Amino acid sequence: MQQPEMELTLEELKHLITNRAIEGETMVLNMGPQHPSTHGVLRLLLELDGERIVSCVPDIGFLHTGIEKNMEAKSYEKALVMTDRMDYLNNLGNNLAYCLAVEKLVDLDVPPRAQVIRVIMTELQRYASHLVYLGTHLLDLGAITVFFFTFRERETILDILEMCSGQRMMTSYFRPGGLWRDIPDGFVAAVREVLKTFPERIEQYENLINENPLYLDRTKGIGVIPADKALGWGVTGPPLRAAGVNLDIRKEQPYSGYEQFDFDVPLGTNGDTFDRYIVRIEEMRQSLRIIEQGINNIPSGSFRSDNRKFVPPPRSELGHSMEAVIHHFKLWTEGFPAPKGSVYVPVESPRGILGCFLVGDGGPKPYRVHFRTPSFGNLQALSKIAVGHLVADLVAIISSLDTVLGDIDR
Amino acid sequence: MDLLEKVVERLQREFGEGVQPLEEFRGEIKASVDPSLIVPVCKFLHDEDDFSFNFLIALTCVDFWPQEPRFMVVYQLYSQKNKIILGLRAYLPGSDPRIATVESVYPNANWHEREVYDMFGVTFDGHSDLRRILMPQDWEGHPQRKDYPLGYEEVQFSFNFDEIDKRKKYARE
Repeated sequence: MQQPEMELTLEELKHLITNRAIEGETMVLNMGPQHPSTHGVLRLLLELDGERIVSCVPDIGFLHTGIEKNMEAKSYEKALVMTDRMDYLNNLGNNLAYCLAVEKLVDLDVPPRAQVIRVIMTELQRYASHLVYLGTHLLDLGAITVFFFTFRERETILDILEMCSGQRMMTSYFRPGGLWRDIPDGFVAAVREVLKTFPERIEQYENLINENPLYLDRTKGIGVIPADKALGWGVTGPPLRAAGVNLDIRKEQPYSGYEQFDFDVPLGTNGDTFDRYIVRIEEMRQSLRIIEQGINNIPSGSFRSDNRKFVPPPRSELGHSMEAVIHHFKLWTEGFPAPKGSVYVPVESPRGILGCFLVGDGGPKPYRVHFRTPSFGNLQALSKIAVGHLVADLVAIISSLDTVLGDIDR
Repeated sequence: MDLLEKVVERLQREFGEGVQPLEEFRGEIKASVDPSLIVPVCKFLHDEDDFSFNFLIALTCVDFWPQEPRFMVVYQLYSQKNKIILGLRAYLPGSDPRIATVESVYPNANWHEREVYDMFGVTFDGHSDLRRILMPQDWEGHPQRKDYPLGYEEVQFSFNFDEIDKRKKYARE
């Protein structure tokens, strides 16, 4: 068995690092794929002048599992299960992007009850994802206490997800046409409990962090993304809004009933690490606001579309209806056919714009699925943001961009 | 919708035969662009004040093997001012597919084009850093092409280790 060679020699990188590295004046250091502060298997090649970064080259692909190619071999409903595993902190958001694309492609209706519940669950997932950001960001900077608080909150949300779908993370709760099954009895009570206790918890985090001189020293002015260049570099989501650019797909291209909800989009001013923190804390508050509006008026009705050509019938019908048996058989053996054509649906994930590009070819399997993932665009800008900072600042910048490697590599 | 149709009409007037509108599907307007014209078209859409498509949301590729033209490179442009998404398609042949890079207009196309090169083998002329991004640097083949097998890994026991090793695809010297 041969060992794989050391990839990316200095010669191959000549066009990305400065001449000083070739001459030996600066050192090229490998911040390897296994590192506690890179938030996943991310490899960075840093050219260092002492402790200052002269250039930074990210090397990704360590978590690439071929999700897009795999989905081409499965029917539409079965391929949904793979979408959970891309951005593993925003499972329901990925499901939503794929379901919206499939529903647009085959022109399937979604009942209002399912739409409102989808919004509630997506916002809960957004809250949970921002909690992970907060905990791990401050953990990287050395403030370990906040990590315990935020993960305690996350446990409550994961309990709610488990109550609905049986799974804490890879839920696959959203299906084309609506939801997998209706919300259980304890759901509304559990969410109201969340709405009662979480706002003061956010205040607790802010008390610990906002005026902490250590935190302010380490994050103010660090990793600035200028507003005029941000969109050009491909930055979306909270880092873009922290720079001052108001681009939130929930407001610009509303989906799943978001236009009926009343919420603000927080913006920052400087685009530095501290502003990204402020934007995400505010987004957590706005998420609670959306959840409250949703939980107060969940419409009654069915939780999934009735169009039996695409949605399997409930098992209770199979006993007495021949059509139900036939539909069940066709859908579970072959799947439903989609017309020839392509759709693109963008969705706002906690990290930025998540877009699903779906091409159908008349058969039961997707011909091509591509996910435009937010972390892919955000990490691309890292090589421009990190120049001139210290290595310790780089740790703060990476965790503030909140990249998830499953999102980048798929 | 009307604004998008106006955009496509304007493109047809500026670039003539090179831009053809495609059939509207589920409310999405698309246009097919001649591969040699992709950079002028993107520059026009980016700079023109009325349209100002200032963000490249997605750049991907579809493989239609064994049909010709084999590759369809898809560009989704977003105009923040008008809140519209326009899709551009460039059709490329199967043998030696090349197209110019739009990195000069949209810098974030850098990594997206590297991914299309890695997964499909489409070469982008003028790209500053065309290397593989998701697969190892010395991988042979382009995984998301339709003639590349989905390929489950064969289990290597000690009796068949060497013979599977010979045909196993992994980065080697």
